[in-house]
Amino acid sequence: MPRVRLPIGPQHPALKEPENFMITLDGEQVVDVDIRIGYTHRGIEKLMESRTYIQNLYLVERICGICSYAHVVNFSQNVEEVLGLTIPPRASYLRTLVLELERLHSHFLWLGVAGHEIGFDTLFMYTWEDREVVQDLLEDISGNRVNYAYNTIGGVRRDLGEEQKKRVLDGMDYLEKRATFYKEVAVNEKTILSRAEGVGILKPEVGKRLAAVGPTIRASGVAVDIRKEDPYASYGDVSFDVITTDSCDVLGRVVVRVLEIFECIKIIRQLMEKLPAGDLVVKAPRKVPEGEAMSHTEAPRGEDFHYLHANGTDKPDRYKVRTPTMANLPAVVEMLKGTFLADVPIIVAAIDPCMGCMDRVLLLKDEEKPGERISWDQLRVYANTWYANRGWLG
Amino acid sequence: MKAPGKMLPRIVGFILRRPVTVRYPKERLTPPEGLRGKMKFYPERCINCGLCARDCPSGACTMHDVEGGKKQPQFDLDFCTFCGQCAESCPKQAIEMTKEFELAHYNKGEAIVK
Repeated sequence: MPRVRLPIGPQHPALKEPENFMITLDGEQVVDVDIRIGYTHRGIEKLMESRTYIQNLYLVERICGICSYAHVVNFSQNVEEVLGLTIPPRASYLRTLVLELERLHSHFLWLGVAGHEIGFDTLFMYTWEDREVVQDLLEDISGNRVNYAYNTIGGVRRDLGEEQKKRVLDGMDYLEKRATFYKEVAVNEKTILSRAEGVGILKPEVGKRLAAVGPTIRASGVAVDIRKEDPYASYGDVSFDVITTDSCDVLGRVVVRVLEIFECIKIIRQLMEKLPAGDLVVKAPRKVPEGEAMSHTEAPRGEDFHYLHANGTDKPDRYKVRTPTMANLPAVVEMLKGTFLADVPIIVAAIDPCMGCMDRVLLLKDEEKPGERISWDQLRVYANTWYANRGWLG
Repeated sequence: MKAPGKMLPRIVGFILRRPVTVRYPKERLTPPEGLRGKMKFYPERCINCGLCARDCPSGACTMHDVEGGKKQPQFDLDFCTFCGQCAESCPKQAIEMTKEFELAHYNKGEAIVK
């Protein structure tokens, strides 16, 4: 059977974000995948060079709508490192709280999206309803549902009152109940099992070689978690487990994320219990001295990496972001090989892709020719020769 | 063999439940305490320092001439991201974020706070 090259995207009704997947098919089976990125490049890194650090706080937040707080914490940590600031413990705890709430909302959101991709829209509706609880808590704490504007250089902008604390704990009680239900559903519901079990296999050694991050690699049994390995904010003060599974498939990624919801709840309860009193912010100068800093956090999707080079003015000299989706994309190519075309949506969705955050400038060095370009005359000659060689009966 | 229908009890429960949405605008949800809506500007407190305009991330806050040869900020809500940085940067608390969030209008440039 001849191989078929099937382009999906950049404009495609099934894709929510414009990326190009060039899938080579042998019958129904995927033989090879080429991913072309760069269609949603927004130039945020360059834009940051022309804005002050305070303005950049709100720009960095907009790299991603879902893991916005992980980005802004990275940015603040970078600037604080260059400035030599230590943030007050209360601010550090509150940052951790919002980071974990964000992880909760991201995992609930992903669970719904995964349900939607396998045609299980009931799950989508249920999880997104429960996500509203987290969103309301975030709005209560920070003032916004998304892009919280909660962070500032040197601390956080708002305090957490006693009533809010109670509301957070009540919310956690509710979400724990719901998460227990989803745990039951994820491993027992046939709708999920039949589409997720044994699909999109990523072997641990392949995942390590391709530097996959976050729940994607943890579902392959590799315990990589920046929160544990290089504790930032207040993760050093709380105890939690790094969730892994050995199944290496999409079901494993569902299970890892559902179980991580419990860990989030555990962390948030500890934070609320230990929350120290004190200042919220230390005053930071507007100008940042010359220097460079690197910071990484465990965003809901995996390791999020930021680099800052400061040149002594109030604007950064160079800023670099590497989002988790970027790290996971090579692994997606491996996961897709050998599967069926019908499994492509859920495998791609299983890394929780966020193409908008990921897109950077792409330089194609040894580009494989997408197709030969020929002129009209060449085509005419080719056509005539082809028919001449074909003979009368051809 | 795992049987389908793990979610059935919940599905039945949903039939008997009230909808989550409210009948806006007849019924309204109360916004949370810390919501950042339309800002309120107190011109008498302003010392014309221009910090709000300097820190505004979206260019919504700009300085405009007022009588007496001084400059005071104007806020174009079409550009505003409601981050509240202007209110935080202001050394005299001349800017306050209110809870007013229903800001729809017909024409460009209608939503300007002076």
